[in-house]
Amino acid sequence: MKHLTEPRFVRWLLIGLAMLFLSLFLILPLIAVFTEAFKQGAQVFADAITEPETLSAVKLTLFVAAISVPLNVTFGIAAAWAIAKFSFRGKNVLLTLIDLPFAVSPVIAGLVFVLLFGSRGVLGPWLEATDIKIIFAVPGIVLATTFVTFPFVARELIPIMEAQGKDEEEAAVSLGASGWKTFVRVTLPNVKWGLLYGVILCNARAMGEFGAVSVVSGHIRGMTNTLPLHVEILYNEYQFAAAFAVATLLAVLALVTLIVKSLIEWKTEKQQSEAEEHHHYEGQERETYEHRSREHNQVV
Amino acid sequence: MSIEVVNITKSYKNFTALSDVSLQIPEGELVALLGPSGSGKTTLLRLIAGLEQPEQGSILFNGEDNTDRDVRERQVGFVFQHYALFRHMNIFDNIAFGLTVRPRKTRPSKQEIHERVHSLLKLVQLEGLAHRYPSQLSGGQRQRVALARALAVEPKFLLLDEPFGALDTKVRQELRRWLRHLHGKLGLTILFVTHDQEEAMELADQVVVMNEGRVEQVGSPEEIYNHPGNPFVYSFLGRVNLFHGRIREGKVQLGEAEFETQWAQKAGGEYPAVGYMRPHDVEITLTPKAGQSVQAQIRHISLLGPIVRLDLQRLDTEEVFEAELTRQRFSELALKDKGIVYVTLHNLSFYVESTPAIAPSPTAPPLRISI
Repeated sequence: MKHLTEPRFVRWLLIGLAMLFLSLFLILPLIAVFTEAFKQGAQVFADAITEPETLSAVKLTLFVAAISVPLNVTFGIAAAWAIAKFSFRGKNVLLTLIDLPFAVSPVIAGLVFVLLFGSRGVLGPWLEATDIKIIFAVPGIVLATTFVTFPFVARELIPIMEAQGKDEEEAAVSLGASGWKTFVRVTLPNVKWGLLYGVILCNARAMGEFGAVSVVSGHIRGMTNTLPLHVEILYNEYQFAAAFAVATLLAVLALVTLIVKSLIEWKTEKQQSEAEEHHHYEGQERETYEHRSREHNQVV
Repeated sequence: MSIEVVNITKSYKNFTALSDVSLQIPEGELVALLGPSGSGKTTLLRLIAGLEQPEQGSILFNGEDNTDRDVRERQVGFVFQHYALFRHMNIFDNIAFGLTVRPRKTRPSKQEIHERVHSLLKLVQLEGLAHRYPSQLSGGQRQRVALARALAVEPKFLLLDEPFGALDTKVRQELRRWLRHLHGKLGLTILFVTHDQEEAMELADQVVVMNEGRVEQVGSPEEIYNHPGNPFVYSFLGRVNLFHGRIREGKVQLGEAEFETQWAQKAGGEYPAVGYMRPHDVEITLTPKAGQSVQAQIRHISLLGPIVRLDLQRLDTEEVFEAELTRQRFSELALKDKGIVYVTLHNLSFYVESTPAIAPSPTAPPLRISI
């Protein structure tokens, strides 16, 4: 592979540039968040994150994630299964629809829900009559978050399931397994790491979503404020230390996500290489056996 | 259990995989579905298993209609081309799968499952590998696990899709012998798909030759090799020489030799025909045989173990053909490259190139597919 290496200075230059870029755009901001948060001392930091309004924002954020993530996991698995294992009319339409939330700006996504469920929206009068609050209330936030995080699980699973084909499912069915048993015992275990990966990304986005949630929430303190919205409010009120303190919570979430993500990647890679190593070992074993028998022949 | 396929038609978006195929497979036979890729053999196998649904026709097991029955209820043992073992389960769980997914009422006890799996492991000679994972086994071992897994549910018959396709030659030969042995031991009806004519001839009691979604011929390996029903079967089952000539009043003239054909004289007239013959039916002599020899020059000599293959060219028409002879005969004749020899052609079968308006009756009876 020698012909593929570049001169030393080129390598260092490229690595150096990449490191510089990473530190400027990723590491520096992270450090800034933490330094700003602790600028006025640990007491201010502690006060900011134990303030009732912050706590209610944390609760709401967790609550929203706890609803939209399972919803999207269920939907994502179902959609990926249908798309990867069956052929049906409108499959491509479904694929495009799954990608829609990625293509649409989150603000537009939020607006769509306002236009649908707002007081002047299509369903507004009916909702008012039956006294169901969606916009400027928790259901609206859940809806917007679910919409925005819609593609993560499905997008993660579809390529994995497609690559695995449907042989194993067909084998299971020919052995008499019901559809549900085939799914639980064959399909799901084969995609578990991909699924976990999708869930983590989905969760990170669900907790961090700003645009769509901002449009539908109404920013009612202690009621419809999620963590990102709360950070913005604090910042707009010139409570910089508090704003950054709350932002550290989101930063910690991001770090945890990254760590878990790399753990999963490491784990899957390890599994794969173990399988390969074993193959390699068997190959060697066979070689030595052949070698031995050849020697044996010579002796004879 | 016997299998009967009646007038099955199956087409996909833009091509017909099977058109009006009928087939009967008697109980206890080892049958090969032989054909080139795209001939519909795998589709037929999947239809019998219930993994696909036919557009028309029906599938009967022991005379009982199973066409609309779900795969799960057909109790068919299906072995996939790439084994399709459950990659996250060890060998024990793979084999036990068909038993452990049964509803509680019909599920055997843990002890019974354990015994059954171990007796199957013994049958496929993989004892001691129960706790390995599929990725840790060789191709041949995986294939045997797949067989054991299919046998665990006590299927009515076994369907194997290209069972040895992905294996190297040596392992393939071992597995063939083993499958033959297994068939003798279990007495199960086995239907397998292959594109390898040697495999079909070696293993099967009956061979079903398929091409372009139709069954071309059904018969024992000997029958289809010695009496191919049509040019396709003839050329698919081994090396073949083609001689172009014209039929005149039921006879064909090739060089000095004249051949009687079974094309009835009643048609009269003259039409183009092709003679098919096996290279080992070419007799080589150094002196002409009265009235039936063709002169040819040796273009190339290939020494292939027990036999020697000669590439020959007719001196009169420059048609190129092959001859196979034993090594012994080869050294007796002391043949040399570029040498001139006399050949006598035996067992030629003539087929008319384009059927004339008044079709004469062909050599073989028209294809009615039944074993």
